[in-house]
Amino acid sequence: MKLKLATLALGAVMAAAPAMAELVFPSLSYRTGPYAANGIPFADGYQDYFTLVNERDGGIGGVMAKVIECETGYNTEKGVECYEATKGEGSLIYQPLSTGITYQLIPRASADGIPVHSMGYGRTSAKNGKVFEWIFNYPANYWDGASIAVNHLLDLNGGDLSGKTIALVYHNSAYGKEPIRTLEELSKKHGYDLSLLPVDHPGQEQTSQWLQIRRERPDYVLMWGWGVMNQVAIQEAANIRFPMENFIGIWWSGSENDVLPVGDGANGYKALNMHLPGSDLPIYEDLKTYVYDKGLAAGAGDQAGSVLYNRGLYAAMLAVEAAKKAQEIHGTGQITPAMMRDGMEALEITGALMEELGLPNFGPEFAVSCDNHGGSGLGIVQQWDAAAGTWNQITDYIAPDAEVLNALIVEDSMAYAAENNIAERCN
Amino acid sequence: MSDTLIFAMEVTLNGLMAGVLYALVALGFVLIFKASGIFNYAQGVMALFAAMTLVGIMDGQVPFAHLINAIFGTKVHHFGWHVPALAAIALTMLVMIALAWAVNRFVMRFLVNTEPIILFMATIGLAYFLEGFGDLMWGADIKKLDVGLPQGINETIDEVTFGMFGYGFFIDNLDIVASIIAALLVAALVAFSQYTKQGRALRAVADDHQAALSVGISLNFIWVLVWSIAGFVALVAGIMWGAKSGVQFSLSLIALKALPVLMLGGFTSIPGAIVGGLIIGVGEQLFEFLLGPALGGATENWFAYVLALVFLVFRPQGLFGEKIIERV
Repeated sequence: MKLKLATLALGAVMAAAPAMAELVFPSLSYRTGPYAANGIPFADGYQDYFTLVNERDGGIGGVMAKVIECETGYNTEKGVECYEATKGEGSLIYQPLSTGITYQLIPRASADGIPVHSMGYGRTSAKNGKVFEWIFNYPANYWDGASIAVNHLLDLNGGDLSGKTIALVYHNSAYGKEPIRTLEELSKKHGYDLSLLPVDHPGQEQTSQWLQIRRERPDYVLMWGWGVMNQVAIQEAANIRFPMENFIGIWWSGSENDVLPVGDGANGYKALNMHLPGSDLPIYEDLKTYVYDKGLAAGAGDQAGSVLYNRGLYAAMLAVEAAKKAQEIHGTGQITPAMMRDGMEALEITGALMEELGLPNFGPEFAVSCDNHGGSGLGIVQQWDAAAGTWNQITDYIAPDAEVLNALIVEDSMAYAAENNIAERCN
Repeated sequence: MSDTLIFAMEVTLNGLMAGVLYALVALGFVLIFKASGIFNYAQGVMALFAAMTLVGIMDGQVPFAHLINAIFGTKVHHFGWHVPALAAIALTMLVMIALAWAVNRFVMRFLVNTEPIILFMATIGLAYFLEGFGDLMWGADIKKLDVGLPQGINETIDEVTFGMFGYGFFIDNLDIVASIIAALLVAALVAFSQYTKQGRALRAVADDHQAALSVGISLNFIWVLVWSIAGFVALVAGIMWGAKSGVQFSLSLIALKALPVLMLGGFTSIPGAIVGGLIIGVGEQLFEFLLGPALGGATENWFAYVLALVFLVFRPQGLFGEKIIERV
């Protein structure tokens, strides 16, 4: 009887004790399904950064970070299920990792008061913080990408693209169609001809599109692809001997997975990026000491240094810095999703901060504000060296054409606000 | 000759080549359907599994390495050797035969005399199982497949057509090789079914299971045989498609390309799969070339099904399918 009472008393004490404080960061990953090869490195990078912060720094502001992984298979319905299943865990921020899932989460997360960070994907006009209070897409979005590509081509052509032809090979989906309006507007300004070549999902068969490119001989080809579409397009470009240096993919068409299957034929192919490729960064020494050597690496531990692994690191770094900012603003370590949103809106990434984090020049400098949730929109161009098997940065950070893009963002976001009865903020 | 006509000729030739690749996938479906009445939903995944196994064996990859490392804390990934392509293809074929045996032993033999829809659903389950099993065995990363097949523009055709029309046609060397291999494969399958004892037994089972059993033909053996042949066809399709795009999950989706081919050519005819593949290949490419720009492009996927449906209006059993007559 005494033993039973003692056990009950112990149980009561344990139940009454405050739970160990943790900051929860859900990871909507896809380690299975058609896009697993791309989902795995991002998820590993995302998780490894939080492990590093816990192991090296003792958490964020003294509070340990906890990553909850939920498998979406890159499927929108499963992504929404993951959101619903994890939002009650105290989740501070969602990285949906899919434009489809992002579109589904925009109204839900806004209603639930949980911030969403769609980094380089999702709804572009979410950059307008006056309308999208809970949605952030810094440091760059699809329209920035289109403009960066055109600005790079302007640089290559002495600032004049008149009379040139640019073909856009794109995934025939909402994602793939994102840059069309921007490229059309920029064609009016710079005088190039734009031809559009949609490719149906999954993109395994692109003969007709590349025969058309061979016939029409555009000066440049831009690509908004994903998954197998990227590898097939790069292979077809190599087959028809399209000059690879004139073929530029968006940042979702520029990982090792896209070029390695093509072998030497992919040499010279270019892609945009919102951060540096490779592992020649001081942070990798810390990762080795505090994560890899301790056997704490996520997944199989074989993704370090790849483009998408770095993107996972970058996303996690931005989340951690926003959490630190939120702790600073509210004077508490145990922040809520609403506080996290405040931190994101006050986030400022400077060169000095990145240097301090072991990520010098890793991403663009930018500051988020109430009306600008999209950052500076800067990006680099990287080029594939097939012999070395590496992506090399070949430009400095290139700014998009804010004059053209801002008007488009205001137009699209205000239409969304009118449809959904959203009152403008930040006034 | 007008430019449009010259370009249309190039598109037609490329359509024929694409059609051969579609036919390769459709063949696997036809073989199993003919012998057992099963629409094998897993055929596309079998192509993926075969290609993954081939690359894994060639590269000396340790199967189930992630699982082994996670359980035992080891760090094994590769055996450290490289297997020549032909030997790797032979070893992969052995794996596909083992798979055929396992499918028959653990799935199909329990489903004898059940409704076709049950058998179809079993193959859906098999497809999902193989997807996960393949990932677990060889990893989900995209693999380069290099068995020494030539790839890129065929210079001879380019030069000859340039001399004739002032415009060199693009034909991919890989597509030419695929066409030759497909022709050899079909010839071998026809010879096998016509001139060998096992082939005749296979045709007997296809005609009437019970009659075949009554004359002493082993249904188990025939089913293992036919799943093995389908595995071999899947391996060939996996090599051809894998060389184009790398070996990755999306290879399993090539089955979608076979469906309109089967609808058009008939589910029970090997020549039907070939002719159906060619008609779909040429039809979708020409349609995209002539009307695609006016319709916003990317018409290939849906047009293949529309074309198949048009044929079905006039030939419900497909071009070469057996007419089903049921007397009541």
